[in-house]
Amino acid sequence: MQVEFELNGQAVAAEVEARTSLADCLRDNLGKTGTHLGCEHGVCGACTVLVNGDAVRACLMLAVQADGEKVVTVEGLSGDELSPLQASFRRHHALQCGFCTPGLITTAHALLSSEPDADAERIREVLSGNLCRCTGYVPIIEAVLDAGSFYAGQKENA
Amino acid sequence: MKVSNSYIGRPMERVEDLRFLRGRGTYVADVNRPGQLYAVILRSSAAHGIIRSLDVSRALDLPGVRHVLVAADLGAVVPKIPLRLQPLPELEPFHQPVLADGKVRYVGEPVAIVLADTAGIAEDALEHIDLAIESLPAITNREQAEAMPSVLFEGHGSNAAITWKAFRGDADAAFASADYVRRERFAIQRHAAMFMEPRGFVAEWNAVDAKLTVWGAAKTAWYNRKVLAAALDLELEAVDLIEVDVGGGFGSRGEFYPEDYLIPAAAKFVGRPVKWTEDRREHMMTANHARDIACDVEIAVSRDGRFLGLRGQIWADIGAYLRTNGSVGPRNVAQYMSGPYCFENIDLKSTMLTTNKTPSGTYRGPGRFETDFIRERLIDLVAKDLNIDRVELRRKNLVADSQMPYPLASITPFDSSTELDSGDYHAVFDLCMKEFGWAEKSKLSGKLIDGYYHGVAVGSFIEGGAAGPKEDARLVLETDGSLSVYLGSSSVGQGLETIMAQIAADATELPYERITVNHGSTSHVKDGYGAYHSRSTVMGGSAILLAAEKLKDRIRETAATRFGCGAGDVMIDGDQVSWSGKTLSLAGLSDIPLEVEASFFNKKYTWAYGTQAAHIAVDPGTGHVKVLDYLSVEDVGRIINPLTLHGQAVGSIVQGLGGAFLEHLVYDENGQLLTGSFADYLMPTASDFPHIRSITLELKPCPNNPLGAKGAGEGGLIPVGGIMANAIADALSHLNVQPMELPLSPARIWQLVEDANAAQAAG
Repeated sequence: MQVEFELNGQAVAAEVEARTSLADCLRDNLGKTGTHLGCEHGVCGACTVLVNGDAVRACLMLAVQADGEKVVTVEGLSGDELSPLQASFRRHHALQCGFCTPGLITTAHALLSSEPDADAERIREVLSGNLCRCTGYVPIIEAVLDAGSFYAGQKENA
Repeated sequence: MKVSNSYIGRPMERVEDLRFLRGRGTYVADVNRPGQLYAVILRSSAAHGIIRSLDVSRALDLPGVRHVLVAADLGAVVPKIPLRLQPLPELEPFHQPVLADGKVRYVGEPVAIVLADTAGIAEDALEHIDLAIESLPAITNREQAEAMPSVLFEGHGSNAAITWKAFRGDADAAFASADYVRRERFAIQRHAAMFMEPRGFVAEWNAVDAKLTVWGAAKTAWYNRKVLAAALDLELEAVDLIEVDVGGGFGSRGEFYPEDYLIPAAAKFVGRPVKWTEDRREHMMTANHARDIACDVEIAVSRDGRFLGLRGQIWADIGAYLRTNGSVGPRNVAQYMSGPYCFENIDLKSTMLTTNKTPSGTYRGPGRFETDFIRERLIDLVAKDLNIDRVELRRKNLVADSQMPYPLASITPFDSSTELDSGDYHAVFDLCMKEFGWAEKSKLSGKLIDGYYHGVAVGSFIEGGAAGPKEDARLVLETDGSLSVYLGSSSVGQGLETIMAQIAADATELPYERITVNHGSTSHVKDGYGAYHSRSTVMGGSAILLAAEKLKDRIRETAATRFGCGAGDVMIDGDQVSWSGKTLSLAGLSDIPLEVEASFFNKKYTWAYGTQAAHIAVDPGTGHVKVLDYLSVEDVGRIINPLTLHGQAVGSIVQGLGGAFLEHLVYDENGQLLTGSFADYLMPTASDFPHIRSITLELKPCPNNPLGAKGAGEGGLIPVGGIMANAIADALSHLNVQPMELPLSPARIWQLVEDANAAQAAG
């Protein structure tokens, strides 16, 4: 069946089976391989994308459920330059193998977009749904904290 | 004026991050080839049994299913996977066939491969394969392995493979004359590396050129190529293993698994590219497990607290087969139990038992995490019995700088000996005590505050690195003046491209920005070894140093011809060469790329070392433990990139906390894996362990390599289990709670508290 939605600001269409997950549709039909599959049962968070601004597990959502919605993947969060959040991840060495990173970036982006003043405890709480095996999370929390001021500035200017 | 590069030691932001952060990495699941089929593997649902029938005809009837390969399709003899490390002939009976060969020995063992147009169709087809297995009694623990209601390998006749023996001095004499001896039983639970990116391969057979290309290599591509080429009866040159971005390894990823053969063989068989990506449940029942040991160990000590000896028996549950590096953990538990302390007399035996569980292999700090739990627990028990302060007891027995190099126990069979290379263990210990604030924090020992009992603990560790025999580096000065580095080292996500570019920039004096590092693929250098035993920085980095000298000679010689001067008079300065006021750009210096290759050979391990201390609080009502402060101080000889090293240290500690508290691969009595998802197998999350600190030092460079560096990718987690158990014992000292098994789950701690309360009430 045909599914149509907005992906990273562009209208897209894909021919999928009813059982196709949004993650598989993004990766296999639309070539957005930044969305990673670490468990396919909704625990690891590597596949997190934004659907209408909310952080969503693309492995637990069917592609057909995205019909008519606005979907943003990690590829849609920056252009040629790193976004301030991504640059903060780099500065704090908040990634090693990079596999969980897209899900952390999308989740943290969703958090800071609504709560730019989130403190370390709040950030830990929200990111506790994303598994990272390499970093021990310490630098990730520092990176997200550090990026909060950019989002706060954006909110003031909005 | 010439300015020397000084990238080594600087916290350079990683070049890898630019693609990883924007979703532009290429992991193996992102690789696709035109016309590819998707492979899904039928796996045994029984732990132990005889395959009575296997009928794939119904599966072949499904639209979109192209082939189902079974053992008979692989030729007269099903290939078996050889041992990469410690390849003893007496271990041959335990090698794993790439497909179950008449018998299944663990849940998850490959039985058949479905090739279909989509992964979904291939998964559907699994339901249409009729596999009948006649069950045999499952061996799931040591008692059963020894009682032998069944044996895994009838030809061998016993469930015990071999026994490793670590020996030094005369342990029996030391124990006979010791003032004090204590013997205890310990156990460490089965858990695993559990890297985030599932394994996968894409294989393509080019029939015209008779060439096989496999994407998805990791860790040991060159060795795996040898195994694969031999199994497929191909020349080495006909096989190319390509390393793309790798989502974590920790010892487990990249070893030669059945799928390393099955997917390329399937591609060759059908003449079309074949893609396979495992799912998480599959990963948990197939990728190497680790750490599953139990032991009876005793320690001998003089009345004044001098360690005299270690003696005992370890049983390692290796699972159903001996995997490529399956001996390393069981061997290391015995050989390295003395750790950073003086033990002149050692007699430790480690017996590898086969059981009907997933086979095991190395996981970060193999054997060391286990052995440090045992040793550090024993030390605190000794301190209590002899009424000696546990800090002073450790100080008294740490190897002194003046004793370096200090020999560790030797091991047999596959004999090896090693010695601690360098270090000021006392200085690091004292620094850890000071930075941790031991004097203040230890005042809280056993105190009940807001419902939590507080405890502290300290422990020291050693971390082996830089296994030989060698690593290769090839440097190419391209005609545009850029430098391409090709390495036998491989990346499993640790930042190799950045670190090696730093080393290459300093060694060649060329601009850092113009250096590209290529690694891990068999096309890059003739021979390579890869990423294990914390060896990449030392081995690959040292190879770059040697190659850089050759390259600079080539550059000077080439420039000298152009200048008409002696090669020794040419100066390399950034992106140009100069002589007598004249300069030439490296771009265009030569019409052809200037290429050199060098190998770094090494027979001696590096030994990083350190001390860690922790402050915890235990809720006696739930058994929950809060880690309030965790500090690691480690000396790594020389730091290439403080940012990535610090990342390794902190990440490793949190993995260790996972092993200490959370992670457990649980089997039932039928050999069924009960923990097949991330909902059952708990890993640390962002909210579990917020208070981790790490200090890394360059006190004592390694004397055995030109960098002076020591392997440092594993250290953090090595002492974590022992320190956590000791801290809990300290917090609950009023109850004399003594954890002897991991994991320190809330249920286990709660039970220990209940038992202690009952004992006190009865007593």
